[in-house]
Amino acid sequence: MLHLVLFFIFAAVCVGGAINLLVQKHPINSALSLIVVMGSLAVIYLLLGAEFVAAVQIIVYAGAVMVLFVFVIMLLNAGVEERTPHGSRVATMLGVPGLIVGLGIGVWVVTRVTGLDKIGIGGPEVMNGSEVFGNPQAVGRLLFRDYLLPFEVTSILILIAIMGAVVLARREE
Amino acid sequence: MGIGTFIVVSIIKILIAVLVLLTAVAYTTLLERKVVAHLQNRWGPTRVGPFGIWQPLADGLKFIFKEDLTPPYANKPLYLLAPVIALITALTSMAVIPIGPWISLGSIHTPLQITDVNIGLLVILGITSVGVYGGALAGWSSNSKYSMLASLRASAQMMSYEIALGLSLVGVLILAGSFSLRDIVDAQAGTWLGFIPKWNLFKGQFVAFFIYIMAAYAETNRIPFDLVEAETELVGGYHTEYSSMKFAMFFMAEYANMFTVACLASILFLGGWSGPVFGPPIVQSLLPVFWFALRVFAFIFVYIWVRGTLPRFRYDQLMAFGWKFLLPLAIANIVVTSLVVALK
Repeated sequence: MLHLVLFFIFAAVCVGGAINLLVQKHPINSALSLIVVMGSLAVIYLLLGAEFVAAVQIIVYAGAVMVLFVFVIMLLNAGVEERTPHGSRVATMLGVPGLIVGLGIGVWVVTRVTGLDKIGIGGPEVMNGSEVFGNPQAVGRLLFRDYLLPFEVTSILILIAIMGAVVLARREE
Repeated sequence: MGIGTFIVVSIIKILIAVLVLLTAVAYTTLLERKVVAHLQNRWGPTRVGPFGIWQPLADGLKFIFKEDLTPPYANKPLYLLAPVIALITALTSMAVIPIGPWISLGSIHTPLQITDVNIGLLVILGITSVGVYGGALAGWSSNSKYSMLASLRASAQMMSYEIALGLSLVGVLILAGSFSLRDIVDAQAGTWLGFIPKWNLFKGQFVAFFIYIMAAYAETNRIPFDLVEAETELVGGYHTEYSSMKFAMFFMAEYANMFTVACLASILFLGGWSGPVFGPPIVQSLLPVFWFALRVFAFIFVYIWVRGTLPRFRYDQLMAFGWKFLLPLAIANIVVTSLVVALK
């Protein structure tokens, strides 16, 4: 019960933050809204019993990635975004209803295909399987035993990306 | 323990923790002024009470009665939010730090810790990484060039040293096999030959210890890494435009962070609250807390000692030191530690 209440509170905060991210005109407010989204996502992970993922979500996304975002916004001294006075009239009228209908169809298809509609949202299987998969030991066992090769391949991929960034960013002598 | 007792005990523990921490923060400022003064052949505060012991109280009163000025061009909501983020994150880290073993009062059996979570260390890293926003937003929202420069420096510096700090802890985690701070302390119990304690420092983590200490100095913006508030260049740092209690909140946050860092160093490398325990039961249950406080005090004292001794880094030196020296050293420490543990 408490799980469900907390879930709805933080899901609402998460969606609210996401909408605020789009509505805000100043980039730094948008970045801060994104941090709120990241934080409430972390709480939802915690509710699912995935405490390691929750902590990493905060450390990596809220603590490192978003600090870089804010840093760049501050460094470039980005101002309020400019808006064109009037957009397409068709988009204004059909945009929100079209989006809602599209999302509805998407949710319906996904739940039918994955069989989520038979379990129900927040069913006992999801809530109480917490100890099994969420703690650091379980995540470590999965990463370094069962999925060692994909894990290492991913890390090499990231290494290549880092080297690419260094090569691109380096000034020509 | 019923849910009611649990809540009451938790609230009492939270109140005690916050009160003790804030008092300790206040008196650390006095200790700092006194120690630095004696290092420089001065007396420090002497006027308010004997040896100036009421000085923190006087400072607090002064902060409360100062005019609270908000610069007209500041971004108000963020300007107000920044000190709140800084202080809350600094105080929240204390929630998962254990200061002693379990104690029993009547039928209540409780750990000397607000809450024992099995990802304690990660929680602290997460909270401190969110604390960066306090400084960053303060500088940006003040709309002042000095504050802005300082908060750019602060964000870059804290991001860089967070990596070395995090990696220096991996060796300890490999040895302890847990993120829980209580488990890490328990893994360091006992002695070799009856007198060498089995602290992680003596288990071969001395390189990690020094990386941790240096990175922690940078994380808390203390000399020799206090470029964030270099008075000669930046007036006062990211809190240049702040006055009254808002400035005091940044100040308290800085000192509370010093305490977090000192507590973590004691827990991770110096065996937490281990030490000789003797005497009647009440003394037996409080002695570990005393040993822990002694270690924390030693770290705080070294902090102040370093401040009285070392000059400040130059900014490029700071970055080079973090990325080109501490980071490779921390990675080498992880490789060596994991090799030793794997071959054992």
